[in-house]
Amino acid sequence: MVSIEVPAVAAQKTPIRGKYLLRVVALGYLALLLLLPMALLCYRAFGHGLGALWSSFTTSEARSAVVVTLIVAGCAVALNTVFGVGAAILLVRRSFPGRRILDVLVDIPQAVSPIVVGLALILVYGKFGIVGGWLERHGIQLIFSLPGIVLATAFVSLPLVVRAVAPVLAELGDEQEQAARTLGASAWHTFRRVTLPSIRDALVYGVVLALARSLGEYGAVTVVSGRVVGKTLTMTLLIDDRLQNFDQQAAYSMAVLLALLAVGALLISRRLQSRARRLV
Amino acid sequence: MVAMPRTVVALVLASTAVVATACSSSTASSAGGGDVTLNLVAYSTPAPAYAKLIAAFQKTAAGEHVKFTQSYGASGDQSNAVANGQAADVVEFSLETDMTKLVKKNLVADDWNAGQYHGFVTDSVVVFVVRKGNPKDIKDWPDLVKSGIKVLTPNPFSSGSARWNILGAYGAAKKAGDSDQQAGDYLTSLFKNVPVQDASGAKALTDFTSGTGDVLISYENEAIYAQQKKQSVDYVVPNDTLLIENPIAVTTTTKHPQQAEAFLDFLYSKAGQQIFADTGYRPVVQGVTPKTGAFPTPSGLFTIGDLGGWHAATTKFFDPTNGVLTKIEKSLGVSTTK
Amino acid sequence: MSRRRNSARRAGQGTGIGVGLATLYLSLLVLLPLGAVAWKAQSGGLAHAWGQVTAPQPWAALKMTLAVSVVVTLINVITGTLIAWVLVRDDFAGKRAVELLIDLPFALPTIVAGLVLLSLYGPTSPLHVDIAFTRLAIGLALLFVTLPFVVRTVQPVLMELDRDMESAAALLGASGLAVVRRVVLPNLLPAMLTGAGLAFGRAIGEFGSVSLLSGNLPFHTEVSAVNIYNQIQSDNPVGAAAQSTMLLAIAAVVLLALGLYRRRASRG
Repeated sequence: MVSIEVPAVAAQKTPIRGKYLLRVVALGYLALLLLLPMALLCYRAFGHGLGALWSSFTTSEARSAVVVTLIVAGCAVALNTVFGVGAAILLVRRSFPGRRILDVLVDIPQAVSPIVVGLALILVYGKFGIVGGWLERHGIQLIFSLPGIVLATAFVSLPLVVRAVAPVLAELGDEQEQAARTLGASAWHTFRRVTLPSIRDALVYGVVLALARSLGEYGAVTVVSGRVVGKTLTMTLLIDDRLQNFDQQAAYSMAVLLALLAVGALLISRRLQSRARRLV
Repeated sequence: MVAMPRTVVALVLASTAVVATACSSSTASSAGGGDVTLNLVAYSTPAPAYAKLIAAFQKTAAGEHVKFTQSYGASGDQSNAVANGQAADVVEFSLETDMTKLVKKNLVADDWNAGQYHGFVTDSVVVFVVRKGNPKDIKDWPDLVKSGIKVLTPNPFSSGSARWNILGAYGAAKKAGDSDQQAGDYLTSLFKNVPVQDASGAKALTDFTSGTGDVLISYENEAIYAQQKKQSVDYVVPNDTLLIENPIAVTTTTKHPQQAEAFLDFLYSKAGQQIFADTGYRPVVQGVTPKTGAFPTPSGLFTIGDLGGWHAATTKFFDPTNGVLTKIEKSLGVSTTK
Repeated sequence: MSRRRNSARRAGQGTGIGVGLATLYLSLLVLLPLGAVAWKAQSGGLAHAWGQVTAPQPWAALKMTLAVSVVVTLINVITGTLIAWVLVRDDFAGKRAVELLIDLPFALPTIVAGLVLLSLYGPTSPLHVDIAFTRLAIGLALLFVTLPFVVRTVQPVLMELDRDMESAAALLGASGLAVVRRVVLPNLLPAMLTGAGLAFGRAIGEFGSVSLLSGNLPFHTEVSAVNIYNQIQSDNPVGAAAQSTMLLAIAAVVLLALGLYRRRASRG
């Protein structure tokens, strides 16, 4: 549904008078809402010097929170990448009954409140849930353990890889793939050698976006995590925890780290997206 | 850089393996070689106390081979998590109703409070946390309803801490001679002075130290914790105030009852209670005094029992449709303008 | 939306398995859990579920959430289009940095968003602006998290807009403003509506940033997501599920309505 577009065309000048007024209003709005808060974040995080910042990252809680978050994000993104590529191909290249429904279903996670995500997962995979109860009897616990957080994170980042890859697949057209098929290549071979390389940039761009989203999930994780220090305490939950323990420096440090990761992800994904579109 | 299919498959397999190990290690409660892991699930404020308690316990003979996983959060949240399946061997909460929730689900035994200390491992009292130097000169409950005073207390529908606060306020009003109606009116006036109700006591404390409000109704141990963390606050113990009792128990689902009980015994021992006392909690065991001097005893200390017990109090005050607090909150929501 | 080259779709090799696997994944992760929410909501009867939604505190939260979300969405339609216009039709130093930062609310954790807004517009504000724990604060948090939606849906349409129409209108004597109103905006309307729908859907469900900034005062600054969270923690899953279903239904209806309107608007 939504693809983040890059203006590949040079800026078109507007002949309308008041251009400067528009610019000032737009930039002023962005400054007050976006730029100033982020600047203050950096100030509060770095304000006591790099030493204080560094020491808040080297506590065992911080280090384990980073590890937990990376594991969770990695798993969720891996799952959604496999699904994303597969679903994109199905939606763009194949026809089957219910294709339009699949198209709509993929976008559902964007419209669901994170708290509802947590509730939904508990109802199914919690100890007293339909699936969870059965799993519990076989000794497998999902909710309040790491897998539950992976599920919650996978839910919220589900559409991102699909929506990054699908438009590019559509614009590329399948001539090359048809050619490969005519020459006798199997479907898997065609996929590996023709399709995948052609969507490479879009795929990585989607993966990076999904990763950024997964690193920063808070609402759904708040509900399904047991907050076990070192095991199910993520970076976002750690920020919460540090705020409540009057450790402002640690909270701001972790926040600035996540913000920098977000900005980095955006930088990379912008580059990749413009490259992917230029190939079209 | 290219996500080749083989790499993708390998990545998926690897991450599944990682998840499987992580998942199995978080549900299993014993590692190799005689080591036992106990899962401690508690409310948020005793976290620093437990850091010391666990270290001290592990130095004793009973605790030598015992490892701990620790989880801290708002009391109600934690109780709910355990009720929904979070692994726990030892649980401690801020108020009794969070424990009885687990008793009803057979996760804690019926006789959890049959012991000498009725299942309470620490006490505290409801106090007023004020700015350093007490610039607004808050001394007693009537001061909280003066016009212009901003009072912080958490949302009683999500925070156990808030319920202690409100019952403390109500009980104090009754002790001062108010009728039920007048005490209810006092609560209404009190809430008129409350600009923000956080989801938990810990968040309320954070908001207060960040500069919001003139006085925070909280626990004595939270005030002491804030002071130990160099926040510029003071606290006032009113004469008429409620005794807060924090319940603790070993769960029925524990795989290591012996070690869990041993840990509980340690917490009740003089050594354990001393650590609690030094972190700001009133000990339940006689003869333990904190390093910084004895806790002041409020002349008009009353307990939840004096108010009819938790069950009756919960129904009377916090019932979502007819509770005294529900009505107060609703009436304020309609009339307050901001 | 991207242009599609006319590649005929077919049910090729492996489609069946692919669809099966995709459906399985979606079912296990999304459909089954959401279905469970709806199921839980009505598990005490529909009347009970409705009672849970219309109980004083949840109902107040819902009304307030919807009201603020509508206002925020309307503001976003205006500011989003404005920002998209400036990004496409204007050029200035640092424009590329601005381009990048617009997407920041997509990638930034909501609790970090709440934290930064609280530090700038709360009790410790260096600007001495303290609107924390008010309804304004909710609006602020929601404006932050919904910032990119309208901008990013309008921007590509604006870029591809045929300038000839605008030039023709100008030549025929239309003032700049009239050109915008009569020529440009109608073309942008579908995109604006799409962005508005997405922004609204995001706004009504927002939790992390609002919970930090709004004070969660019952009947005043408590949003639905926070109330649902409290219901979950107060061991009232039916109430939580009922409210959740309500939010989902509202989001669905709004998106559907906007989709239908958009289809009519683009046809006309």
